Amino acid sequence: MKPTIVKREPVVDDALDQCEARLTEEEIEKVINEVIDKETGGRLWTYVNTCIHCGLCAEACHWYLSNDRDVSFAPVTKVKDTIWVMLEKKGKVDAAFIKRCSQIAHTECNLCRRCGMYCPFGIDIAYMLLVVRRICAKLGMVPLYLQDTVHSHAATMNQMWVKPDEWIDTLQWQEEEAQGYVPSARLPLEKEGAEIMYSVIGPEPKFLAQLLGNITVIMKVAGLDWTMPATAGWDNSNMAMYSGDFEIMARVERLHHETAQRLKVKKIVMGECGHAFRGAQYDGPTWMGWMKPPIPIVHAIEFYYDLIKSGRIKIAKKAEGPITSQYPCNVIRNAGLGSKLQYIMSAVCENFVDLIPNDRHAFCCNAGGGTINCGPPWKKLRVQSARLQSENFKRTGAHTIVTPCHNCHSGVEDIVDKYKLGMHVKFFSELLIEAMEIPEHLKPKEEEAE
Amino acid sequence: MYEFVSGPLVWLAFIIFIGGSLYRIYKMLSDCKKENVVFPHMSLKHSLASLVHWVIPFNNQYMQKRPIFTIVSFAFHICLILTPVFLLAHLVLLDESWNISWFNIPDGIADWMTIVVIIGCIFFLYRRLTDPVVQNVTDGSDYLLLAITALPFITGFIAYHQLFAYKTILIIHILAGEIMLIAIPFTRLSHMLFFVFTRAYFGSEQGHVKNSKDW
Repeated sequence: MKPTIVKREPVVDDALDQCEARLTEEEIEKVINEVIDKETGGRLWTYVNTCIHCGLCAEACHWYLSNDRDVSFAPVTKVKDTIWVMLEKKGKVDAAFIKRCSQIAHTECNLCRRCGMYCPFGIDIAYMLLVVRRICAKLGMVPLYLQDTVHSHAATMNQMWVKPDEWIDTLQWQEEEAQGYVPSARLPLEKEGAEIMYSVIGPEPKFLAQLLGNITVIMKVAGLDWTMPATAGWDNSNMAMYSGDFEIMARVERLHHETAQRLKVKKIVMGECGHAFRGAQYDGPTWMGWMKPPIPIVHAIEFYYDLIKSGRIKIAKKAEGPITSQYPCNVIRNAGLGSKLQYIMSAVCENFVDLIPNDRHAFCCNAGGGTINCGPPWKKLRVQSARLQSENFKRTGAHTIVTPCHNCHSGVEDIVDKYKLGMHVKFFSELLIEAMEIPEHLKPKEEEAE
Repeated sequence: MYEFVSGPLVWLAFIIFIGGSLYRIYKMLSDCKKENVVFPHMSLKHSLASLVHWVIPFNNQYMQKRPIFTIVSFAFHICLILTPVFLLAHLVLLDESWNISWFNIPDGIADWMTIVVIIGCIFFLYRRLTDPVVQNVTDGSDYLLLAITALPFITGFIAYHQLFAYKTILIIHILAGEIMLIAIPFTRLSHMLFFVFTRAYFGSEQGHVKNSKDW
């Protein structure tokens, strides 16, 4: 098979460059065979030996479509240039090859699983690229910025190096902010036996703290019994899942679930984040052999759907003008919440303009799967490869794009910026807080307001 | 020569085809047991749902977007399976040897079905040669598999019409069929065996575990 013609601008990523200089071929061979023998089974072999090289997966991939159908971005090419070679050469490859594997699997694939859905045989290509990430991670070949978040998880059990006192401080500050809207709102810490544990991702306390204030108001208006942990275990994000460091992934997921168990809650509700849901619901539990999370996990979309549908939250004033929504892969295509997202969007928007394609067929924001966490060196190609989705957004004519996922939020902001779409990017809770009815008895009294 | 290829070699081909296929499926299933996700994720309902959406033409979004590929691919595979199984000439041989028989397709129709398979092979060859994505993942083995698939039908067509050298062509035809049977379990033609399983697993994972759909 002829080598793929790859045209890329050179990218300097210190971690990859240093790793390339350090790796020996013996080490590479050992790790590849170890992962393939011990961590994979019938699936990988069957996928590789069933693929008839038809290339139909290419049309599913936004990287391929956004880069003028550059063959080197097609899903089947990504598999050809990584795992096929590893299997064929039985691990006898060099460090430059592993570096290219990391570049393909970490920075040029979002593991969005759209290609799997468009393969006639249902071959899960994203799974194979996750195996490649796993091999790269065991060899230390992980982009610098992504590895930094993994270090943060390992050292602090959150993604953003948030210190314990900063966490509690931020929550108390946001409780006060919430009380500006609803004076009786509380953000209860460490309430054992509460109905709900609310968990968020590291970036919320770090630079999107207002979202914590929003949820405090929403919980009060809905009259729910909830709590947040004061200890580590509050962060539900998991970049180790995406780097391929499954040992750290498992530590993070275990602590998150054990914190919920310690608080004796009935369910975990999580903020608007896709990969966090994937890690807590699927990748974490399956890696640890639990198969299912011990305490049910409810994603924000489903949570808001239940609140609006049951009438616990009433909508007073719908958001005006055309508004569209991104469909985060990990909770739509890979968790089936598409119709619930459409329901809540229609509930709070006067004019919800749907994307085409929508629901599970929608394209990735191109930030997911840890690619945005690979950092500035890889940003140019990443945003350039989101061109297709930028055109889909533009066609809606919306003034705001709702992103019920943090990765999507950052990715769509980059899209709006680069393609000059002039649209706002908001989380769903930001729309809801403006649209929902705050009952009279919860509103600030006149004299207090003054 | 004719006696040899139509006697012992047929036995050998079928034994390797059936035995090899069973072994391959057994090996795949036992290797899947090593993984903690495969069997616990399987669900009959979602496996069937996925299969229904992918073995009926135009029953999923992707096929609707690629009408030409879908029509050619379905016509090719249907004719590929049905023609040899229901061909009168094959059934006569079976009747002579074992005294069993079943419904046959009229020869005129079988002839057209053979042409459909050959056209399908030409179409796939054309894609391999011209579509850049396919080109990039094509090597000798892909052409070989295409040749193994096409040869029994091309020779069958020539033999039926007795265009030239009937005896020789007939022997080549039988040999080509035997090669194809032997190749199925041990090459990527094994998608004939594994398609059902990969589809069922992906359908189960998407439907049963991830509460979504795969069509």
